[in-house]
Amino acid sequence: MQATLTLLLDGLVYASYLFIVSVGLTIVFGVMKILNVAHGGFYAWGAYAAAYSIGVAAQLGLPDWFGLILIGVSSMCVGLIFGYLIERLILRRLYQHEEVIILLATFGLFLVLEDLILLVFGVNPYFAYQPMVYLGSVELGGIFRDVYSLSLLGLACLVAFVCWYILNRTKWGKILGTVIYDREISLAIGINVTTVYVWTFIIGATLGALGGAYISPTISVAPGISIDVIVLSFAVVVIGGMGSIPGALIGAVMVGMLRALAVHQFPELELFVVFAVMAIVLMIRPEGLFAPAKVRRI
Amino acid sequence: MIVKTLSSDHTIGWVVASFTTLAIVGLFLPNWVLNGTMFGLARGLAVLGLLLLWRTGLISFGHALYFGIGAYAVALLEKYTGVSDIFLRLAAALIAASVVGFILGFVLRNYRGIFFAMLSLAFSMVLYGVLIKSEALGSTDGFSVSQTTILGWQPETKYPLFLMIILIGALAAVGVHVYFRSALGHLTTAVRDNEIRVEYLGYSVARAIHLKYVFSAALTGTAGGLFAMALGQVDPDSMVNWTVSGELVFISVLSGPGSVAAPFIGAVAFEFLRTFAFELAPHAWQLIVGGTLLGIIFFLPRGLWSLMEHVLMRKERRRG
Repeated sequence: MQATLTLLLDGLVYASYLFIVSVGLTIVFGVMKILNVAHGGFYAWGAYAAAYSIGVAAQLGLPDWFGLILIGVSSMCVGLIFGYLIERLILRRLYQHEEVIILLATFGLFLVLEDLILLVFGVNPYFAYQPMVYLGSVELGGIFRDVYSLSLLGLACLVAFVCWYILNRTKWGKILGTVIYDREISLAIGINVTTVYVWTFIIGATLGALGGAYISPTISVAPGISIDVIVLSFAVVVIGGMGSIPGALIGAVMVGMLRALAVHQFPELELFVVFAVMAIVLMIRPEGLFAPAKVRRI
Repeated sequence: MIVKTLSSDHTIGWVVASFTTLAIVGLFLPNWVLNGTMFGLARGLAVLGLLLLWRTGLISFGHALYFGIGAYAVALLEKYTGVSDIFLRLAAALIAASVVGFILGFVLRNYRGIFFAMLSLAFSMVLYGVLIKSEALGSTDGFSVSQTTILGWQPETKYPLFLMIILIGALAAVGVHVYFRSALGHLTTAVRDNEIRVEYLGYSVARAIHLKYVFSAALTGTAGGLFAMALGQVDPDSMVNWTVSGELVFISVLSGPGSVAAPFIGAVAFEFLRTFAFELAPHAWQLIVGGTLLGIIFFLPRGLWSLMEHVLMRKERRRG
């Protein structure tokens, strides 16, 4: 019983984390048709910015809860600055290219972002445990978990709800839907597609950075953290269907649970199961489980 | 036009000439240059495999799968049977990669664009996931590969291996060139331009892509085998991880799809660029690579080879 509960909790916490990281990736793909490898770079920058600022805050003697605010602020800064610059300076010049070429360009950006981290923050790891210590731990059905990891679940639900609300209940959602459906027609009816693209990319980048920033107190923030994350979030997004937010949710839960199961029962299969499932899903449904239906153009 | 005349008449001659030059120059090269060139040329062979697919408009983001299979075939052959002969090693690498390529080809031939790239990535990560966790396959440390022998003869220097690598590279380049000029090869560009019309002409697109995929896997697998022999070691992170696939794709973009010689030039250039970048700016290495990738996409979409084409075109114009 306790083992099952541990497994369930581990899986859900990991799934929430994956969801937060991958939802930005799927939004960017859905609207802009860009498979953004640089998303891993935003994740790493978020983690570093948060860990660094929490470290500085602790040195200045600020209270521990202040770290939680810093996590939000630093991910927004990272998303706003990098998202805006990259969309304006690089991506918008590439929209007429094939999808795969844009994929390569984002791969180049990913490498650049990785090394910029080394240049700015150095090679030594950062630790930012203060927010985690502040929230303490709690007993759940006989097992102790830190509140901080559990709060990831809440954050994931919040992100999912806000995305759902914006897309289905606001004018912005309608505009986005139109742009996704037909870019040219949206231009013709007076939607400023350029602005929509910039904001979509900024939001995607911010969500990626938020994933990194929020997880940073629980890990040691060191070079190379984004390498695994980017392929895992690809798996999540591909399993769920690229461009679909419910898909990202289902994909995250599937990958999170599978990984938890593998870690507890068959540790040697940890990475294997995730990508095996991804391959199987792609074979059966090439567009992923929840991909929006597409018109076939000949 | 000019590119066509160039490749129709001269490519094979060029390959033979560069092979001879390399074989002679290799005798006088210092060891570290010889090593770098070997790594570069082995990678170039792998990129030649990618070029084969790229001409059809397919970019595989998981070719490290075959690179790794080739390398591990060499290492495992030695571990379990003690074989160190170069021909047997190459056969193992080639067969292992072709068989896997043949099986996966049934699935992959139905995918295009981003989905092809992603599914290839998934397959390569499955292998990576198995390798890093499996003790029997060397886990994260991998194995060492003993020195290669040639028909029972154990060479004292690395030169014979170098000679073999350039020989295989030259043969592969000529082979791929001949293939591109065959009817099946011409189908490559046709498939990229309009698949439905190719089907109406009575060719099976899926079969053409499948065949190409197996060729590509075989080339990349052989390259992996050669790379393992040149390096004397195999391990998952430098041979199977997705960053390796990214590197191979990077070299293809750097070299451009223009010619069968381009991958080798691009890969050797990459190898030395990396050596020097590591010396000069160890923390900015990926920055240089990433920046170069973006620069090439923006300013030189047909790769380094297009510079070459440019020069040749000017020469031809002067003559004509």
